Amino acid sequence: MIAFWDAYGMTILVPAFVKIVVILAIVMTGVAYTTLAERRVSAFMQDRFGPNRVGPFGLLQPVADGIKFFFKEDVTPREAYRPLYLLAPLITLVPALIGFAVIPFGTSIEIEGTVHPLTIAPDMNVALLYILSLSSVGVYGILLAGWSSGNKYSLLGSMRGASQVISYELGMGLAILSIVVATGSFNLREIVEAQKGGDGAWAFWFCLPHFLGFVVFVVAMFAETNRLPFDLPEGETEIVAGFHTEYSGLRFAMFFMGEYAFMIMASALITLLYLGGWNFPFVDWASFGPVWGGLLSMGWFLGKVAFLLFVFIWVRWTIPRFRYDQLMDLGWKRLFPIAVLNLLIIATWYLLKGSPS
Amino acid sequence: MIVKRPKLSWWERTYFPAILKGMALTFRHIFRKRVTLSYPEERWELPKRYRGAPILLTGLDGQEKCTSCKLCQFICPPEAIRIVGGETEHEKEKYPEEFTIDMGLCIFCGYCEEVCPVQAIWLKDEYELADYDRNDLIYTKEELLKRGRRPPYLPGIEKPLDGSE
Repeated sequence: MIAFWDAYGMTILVPAFVKIVVILAIVMTGVAYTTLAERRVSAFMQDRFGPNRVGPFGLLQPVADGIKFFFKEDVTPREAYRPLYLLAPLITLVPALIGFAVIPFGTSIEIEGTVHPLTIAPDMNVALLYILSLSSVGVYGILLAGWSSGNKYSLLGSMRGASQVISYELGMGLAILSIVVATGSFNLREIVEAQKGGDGAWAFWFCLPHFLGFVVFVVAMFAETNRLPFDLPEGETEIVAGFHTEYSGLRFAMFFMGEYAFMIMASALITLLYLGGWNFPFVDWASFGPVWGGLLSMGWFLGKVAFLLFVFIWVRWTIPRFRYDQLMDLGWKRLFPIAVLNLLIIATWYLLKGSPS
Repeated sequence: MIVKRPKLSWWERTYFPAILKGMALTFRHIFRKRVTLSYPEERWELPKRYRGAPILLTGLDGQEKCTSCKLCQFICPPEAIRIVGGETEHEKEKYPEEFTIDMGLCIFCGYCEEVCPVQAIWLKDEYELADYDRNDLIYTKEELLKRGRRPPYLPGIEKPLDGSE
């Protein structure tokens, strides 16, 4: 034990623990303030003020919401299947949070000669697959929540959620595959480094050469996070909030947090795969020094993520919900062929040009 | 009626122009003037003839103007007004011993004001009438008169109590 500590303690365990705490804090704060941003931006788009009473500009509203959720009664319906009913919110929230283990937030920080990459699990070579599988696990939460609630509307919502996953994940997988073809890696850090462009000058972000894949992936991410225009599992106007109709109190808050954490992860993924991660045109972060370079790259990365979160909210309050058959039509007849076309173009390009790595 | 079904071009059928148009619209609305009134700080400018809390008015001699004719009591649709008449030495001979309006019943229709032959009852521009107890919502004559001590009065017909115009 002591030998293990001597060998790995200060080099791996403590930095990893610190990174977990910091990144979790960033993500949870992000979740809290995305809910506030959602409410305020939606209000602005409807010529309203939104919540602006708790603290300056309503900035303490998430705290008040959290306290309220804690003191709400946690109701289990009589018809519910209790074990799964209680487990389902966790199954939604936990994958959304542990997905952040592989997301690189910036370049790296060098302290006393040791380089600490700004990722919890820095050298995971299957990071992309890991995130894909976790995002699919999130659907189990929705499915189990809807089924175990013992409520028709909840079941309808969860069935919709499950069939929605099948129809968009193909297109999403193929879009990601073209990225993998272009970089020859599943490692998110290497994918970002590949977007640095020739000799670090003009940023060569993948949203331009992979434009079709970019569109498909963004649409699929909207579906993945169950947000309008693809919020069929919830569908307030049709099936009374769908899978989480029966949930209240802290368990409802878990679904809520899961959705927003997934939104942040989706924004981070879009940034990493298509918007060049922390790459800034003509800027080499290493030139700012060992610590500041890493922090600045992290700031720029989080800035992009924040912008994408705004786009998520923006789209939600603009576009009406798709009808069920329209979603199937979009997933199978539009996104899937476009993704295949994109993959063909990219694969042909790299076949003619020679292998990327 | 003929519903026009325009032939959409290839670009329009990709759904993108509609999305971008919609998003431009919602983005423009972010900078629009807000329609919300921040209520306790900002207040709505009431119309001149706003019908709020009912009040009883007094004449220049300081006596209540009501002659206890009970027309308002009869016309009041929810029967919120209750008057007990009495005699007085004043030249108008009758006055209300009790005059209560149950604000839990009042519907602010203004019929009482309309029917009153001596302009004794009035609907004022006061609207923050909530209370914690139903019994506190039954306004007695004294309360109604106290509420009537301030303008607005109808120019030309009513005069303020202190005699100023």
